[in-house]
Formats: sequence, C-alpha cells, structure tokens
Amino acid sequence: MKKRMLSLVLAGVMTAALLTGCGGSAGTDAGSADGAAQESAETEETTDAAEETEAADEAAGDEAAAEDGAAQADGDSAGGTFKIGGIGPLTGSNAVYGIAAMNGSQIAVDEINAAGGINGMTVELNFQDDETDSEKSVNAYNALKDWGVQVIDGCVTSACSIAVSAKTAEDQIFQLTPSGSAVDCVATPNAFRVCFSDPNQGAASAQYIGDHSLATKVAVIYDSSDVYSSGIYEKFAAEAESQPFEVVTAGAFTADNKTDFSVQLQQAKDAGADLVFLPIYYNEAALILKQASDMGFSVKFFGCDGLDGILGVKNFDASLTEGVMLLTPFAADATDDLTVKFVTTYKEKFNETPNQFAADGYDAIYTIKAAAEKAGITADMSNEEICAAMQTAMTEITVDGLTGEGITWDASGEPTKEPKAVVIKDGVYTAM
Amino acid sequence: MDMEIKGNKAKLSKTTMNDLVTYEMVILTYIVVQILVSTGHVSSLIQGLLVPFCTYVIVAVALNLTVGILGELSLGHAGFMCVGAFASAVFSLAFKDALPGGLRFFLALLIGAAAAALVGFLVGIPVLRLRGDYLAIVTLAFGEIIKNIINVLYLGVDSKGVHFSMKDALSLHLEEDGVMLIKGAQGVTGTPNDSNFTVGVILILVTLFIVLNFIHSRTGRAVMSIRDNRIAAESVGINVTKYKLIAFTVSASLAGVAGVLYAHNLSTLNALPKNFGYNMSIMILVFVVLGGIGNIRGSIIAAVLLTLLPEVLRGLSDYRMLIYSIVLIVMMIFNWSPNAIFFRKRLKQKFLPGRKAAKEEA
Repeated sequence: MKKRMLSLVLAGVMTAALLTGCGGSAGTDAGSADGAAQESAETEETTDAAEETEAADEAAGDEAAAEDGAAQADGDSAGGTFKIGGIGPLTGSNAVYGIAAMNGSQIAVDEINAAGGINGMTVELNFQDDETDSEKSVNAYNALKDWGVQVIDGCVTSACSIAVSAKTAEDQIFQLTPSGSAVDCVATPNAFRVCFSDPNQGAASAQYIGDHSLATKVAVIYDSSDVYSSGIYEKFAAEAESQPFEVVTAGAFTADNKTDFSVQLQQAKDAGADLVFLPIYYNEAALILKQASDMGFSVKFFGCDGLDGILGVKNFDASLTEGVMLLTPFAADATDDLTVKFVTTYKEKFNETPNQFAADGYDAIYTIKAAAEKAGITADMSNEEICAAMQTAMTEITVDGLTGEGITWDASGEPTKEPKAVVIKDGVYTAM
Repeated sequence: MDMEIKGNKAKLSKTTMNDLVTYEMVILTYIVVQILVSTGHVSSLIQGLLVPFCTYVIVAVALNLTVGILGELSLGHAGFMCVGAFASAVFSLAFKDALPGGLRFFLALLIGAAAAALVGFLVGIPVLRLRGDYLAIVTLAFGEIIKNIINVLYLGVDSKGVHFSMKDALSLHLEEDGVMLIKGAQGVTGTPNDSNFTVGVILILVTLFIVLNFIHSRTGRAVMSIRDNRIAAESVGINVTKYKLIAFTVSASLAGVAGVLYAHNLSTLNALPKNFGYNMSIMILVFVVLGGIGNIRGSIIAAVLLTLLPEVLRGLSDYRMLIYSIVLIVMMIFNWSPNAIFFRKRLKQKFLPGRKAAKEEA
C-alpha cells in the first residue's frame, strides 16, 4: 500500500514538474505533459516509478524541441506580426461553412501580406476547428489565446459565436464574426459582424415581398431545429402583419427529417399560397423544388442567403430553380471587379466556386484591416488596447466588400448594408 | 480459520484504502492544478478545460453506477445531462438578478439533480421491471426525444406568469416586460457563468462520496447481488425493481448535476446532437468501458484523458480525429485483450520482483 501511495505522490510531483517545465507559452505542450502524467498514474501498478520518470523526461525533451521549432517558424518581419484567430467548423456536418470561411479569410490574408500587411505588420491567420459545438468552440478560443491571438475572426456559426463572445468580452479581445447571424452574437460591446442578422433578413424579405407586391398569400417552410431558419421565420411572421400579404401556413421540419416535404407542400397548396418563403439552406430547398414540381405545384419561391449555392447541388435539375428569388449579399457570378478577382483566385486555389461564407470570411479580414489601420494598431499593443481602439474604429470605417458596398457599423455591432435581391434566370443570378 | 479472518480484515481495509486513494487523487490533482494556475503555469486551453473535465468525470462516475454496479446498459445519460442542464439554466436565468450568485447556483444544482432524478425515475418505472437490454433501447430513445422536445420548446415569463409553446416564439404573446427563457432551437442564452474548477471538484467529491458509499451500503450490496444473480437475489427476498430503480435514479440525478455544471460554464445552451445526442451518451459509455466497468477511479482517469486528447491533438488539424480513434482502439486492446493482460502481467513480474517477494513473505 505504501508503495502505491508513493507512486501516486510521485505521479503528482511529476505532473507539477512537467507543467512547470513547459507551461505558459504553449498550450498543447502543457496539455500533453498533463496527459502523460495522468496516463502514468493510471499504469502506476504496472510500471516502476523510476521508469515513469525516465519516460516523462523523454516526453519533456521532445516538447522542448517542438517548442524551439515553433519559435523559429515564427520569423518576425519588420513591423512584427498581427495574429488573427479564426474559429469555425472544419469537421462535421457544417464543415462546408467553416472551410469556406477559412479559405475566404486565407485569400484575404495572402493578398494583404503581398501588399505589405497591416501598418507594416505581417498578418498571420490560425483557423481552429470547433465542430459546431459551443464547448469545443471555447476550447478553440483558449487554444488561440495560448498562441497569442490579437483579434478573433469568428465564429462561423451563431451558437458558438455567442459562447465565445462571452469569453472575449471578459478578456477584452476584439471579435468580428463573419457569419454568426443570431441577434445575441454581437450582444457584447467588443463583438461585431459582417453578415446580416437573422431578424434583419426576415424583416427585409417581408418588406421586399410586400413592396414589390409579389404575393398575397405566402406559405413558409422552415427548419425549426435550426437557429438561423427559425430566427428568420419569427421576424418574417412578425413583419408580415404590417405588410399587404398574409402568411397562410407555416410548415416546420427538423434536422432529423429533412428529406420529405410533401406534407408541408400540400398544406401550402391547399391554402392557396402563391408564394413559398424558404428561409433555409440550399440542400433542403433543392429537395423542396423537386418535390413541388413532382406534385405539379407551380408557385413562386423566395429565399434568403442560405439558398445561395442551390445552382451547384449535385444530381439536381437546375432548371427547376428558374424564377426562384433570393436575398443574398453575395453572388459568385456578379461581374464587378472585386467579385471576379475573388472568384478566380478561389477557384484556382481550392477548385470550387466560393459561396457566401467564403465572401463573409474575405470581408471580415478586410474589415479588420480597415479598422486596424484606422485605429493605428501596432504589434506591441496589448489586447485590451487593441480591443478598445478597434471598437471605436469600427464605427468610423466604411468598407466596400464582396457582400456589400459602403458597409458601415454602429456601436451595437450590426452592419448597415443594402440587401440585394436576385432572381434566377436561365441558370444565372440576375438582379431584380 | 485464523488465516481466513486475517484475509477478510485485510480485504475490508483494502476497499476503504482504495476509496481513500480515489479521493486523494482528486484532491491532490486539485491542489497541484490550483498552485500551477496561481503561479501562471497553466495554458488558457487547459484552464478552459478544467470545468469540462469535472463535468465529464461526474457523468462518467454516474454512468458507471448504472453500467458497472447495476449491470444495466444506459445509452441516454446525455439525455439526463440535458434535462439537468436546461432545468437549471432556466432557473438561473429567471432568477439572475433576484438571488445572489452562490445561493442561486446551489439551488440550480438541486433543481437540476431533482429534475433529472424525476425523469430517470419515470423512465425506470416501466423499463426496470423487464429483463434484458430494454433499458438501453428505451434510454436511447429517451435521449433523442428530450433533445427534440427542447428544440421545439418556447418558454417565456412576463408579469402574467409563465407561457410556453411548442410552435414558435410569437404564439407566446409575451407582454412588453416578458423575458424569453428557452427560444426553441436557439436554446437558452445568457446563463450566468457560475461554474468554476473549485465548485467542479467539490461536486466530484460529493459524487464520489455518494457513489462509493452507495456501493458499500446495504442497498449497494443488494443492487450488486441483482447484477450477479437475479434469481438468487429474488429468492432471498430482495425487491429487484425497487433496488434497480434506486440505483438508476441516483445515477440519473448525478448526470443531472453534471448537466448543471455544463450549463453554467457556457453562456449559451443548445440541445444539439453534438452535446446531448446519442453520440455523447456513447462517448460517456466509452469513458466507463475504457476506465473499467465498475472501476470508479478508472472512469475518472478515462474521462479526463479522453476529454483532453482531442484538444491536445489540435496541432495535427485534419488528422486529429483519426488519431483519436486509433488511440481509443489501442487503449481498448491494451486494457481488455487477454494477450495484452498477459503481457502486462509478465512485464510486472519482470520489473517488480520486489513487490512479488514482499507478497510471498507476507
């Protein structure tokens, strides 16, 4: 028994020694040391204490070497480096959004570095995976903090963004979310966003339909288990009361059964709807269009930015999208110089047509650049100073980006930009 | 005769010692980590992980009570966590300004534990009467049902009282002064951050105290006798359903406590497949199986290790989940394969001749 106690104490001491050895500077290192110690505690009965210590020493040595390598890789440029940390889902079912935002951000960073950086500083982007889980998102943020992050470009999804903004507000680190659209994402004074908020899109859609007299009876099909979709729907329904059309049915579905929409479509048909509003993502929308055409229900469809990408759905007859209207801040086939340049670079690098998330990610980096230049950020400023300066600068800048021209921000963190409505004609977006 | 009594005595003190080692391990780790944190030697990543460690340790210990001691398989412990998390988060949000932090969190803990216990009791009544793997099936379904109900539940409070709806936020018809507590899929936002490492460790110790004493109590022995031989247990007059229900309800309420800790660590709470789906339930089961079924200390270590591992592997970006799963398989083989056990025994004999000799002497 004594021996057992002894080995436990030894394991404890070892944990201490290891954490002290490489703590502070590099998070993952301290982590693995901790893990090693725990592991050895677990196998305390099988190995002898001396052996454990030996193994631990070895581990510590490896870590030290790794750390040196990392330090060398950090090569400083003349003006220092400006560290931007991105957070988004790179694995899991929402990975396509996170990867798009990461790629978009990376293009912007490369362009900025090629043009001399921000105030002479080289921009470094470290994009971490959060698997669309709030808890993992906070972990990712903490990992970025260990890396020495100065500004957060994230998170890509709403719930994660809310969780992280509570932490960034505590630590006073400036946060700009490219695509976190829920209202609470920018509830803290240090958080701003690039995209429209959900209510903003819902209200804008209702106003657009009303102003252009597109319909008198509107049916809605939305995903009640999705924050984005239900957020838009709620505001749409509220705004619709003051508009010259009525919402006749609202059919909800959830993430667990999103393949058969015949019930919701039949409801809409029976209610005599002449327009179906789809505040959902394009994969489900493609199925809805297909099923509506199969049941001979010809009606106008109107969607939000989530529909962007519908033309690229595989095994889907794109001619069904003819006449679909959508509000989107970004259209990949727009002909302005900025979009053309961005789309070409994106296709070259990643072999894909960028979606709205990529554009949001791109704009986020340029917005950070504009604010940092306005605020005169230098590499030796502390995070609190950067945050305070950026917060003020954000309300003073105007950004011409992919997702809108002349975007401005107020202190609440909401952007002001014109929503663009497009209609799909002959397989391409056409301005309405 | 003499020898036998001596052996029994030694065995008894061994269980007590074993429990003490478990408590000691937790306390020692706590002290070491606190010292390191206060001297600034722990990275932000690890500091951020401290509360999740506590959460998963508690839920792993709770599940071990069901799987290891009761001998039933539960695939819905994430569901009980979810119940505890939402019940307590709603309470904390509603009384955010009315009650001081410490008292509010204490009450939230009680509410979360009680809510999960109640739900566990209700699920257990019909299922625990049956023999076989029905509990696994029912708890699996239960976890999914809870998640989906919460995703369509809208709850608000205003001067006229509490409103709830399963349709949308508009049908609540809240007054001007109304506050939304649960916003359907958007979940609960703005929960006060009451969890911290100290509270988490205290809760681990309380959980250990409850579970370890439960195992050694009369009730615990009754439960284990049911696990080992149900017919024999019945024949000596043990009320099988009653004891099974007691163990399962305790296990569910402890999972609820873990949920409370989880909910008060983040400012937003959503019921996603990721955090409260069956994947999470199976993850908790993996903690228990890897740590050793019925081995409480093993559950603690496995929960910490397996929560830490994906975060430590962040540097490997795309490959980390691949490596994580390989590590799981390797650990499973190392722990449970007969060949590996034999190999470990041989290693032990080779490197620990002293211990063997001491044993022989005794």
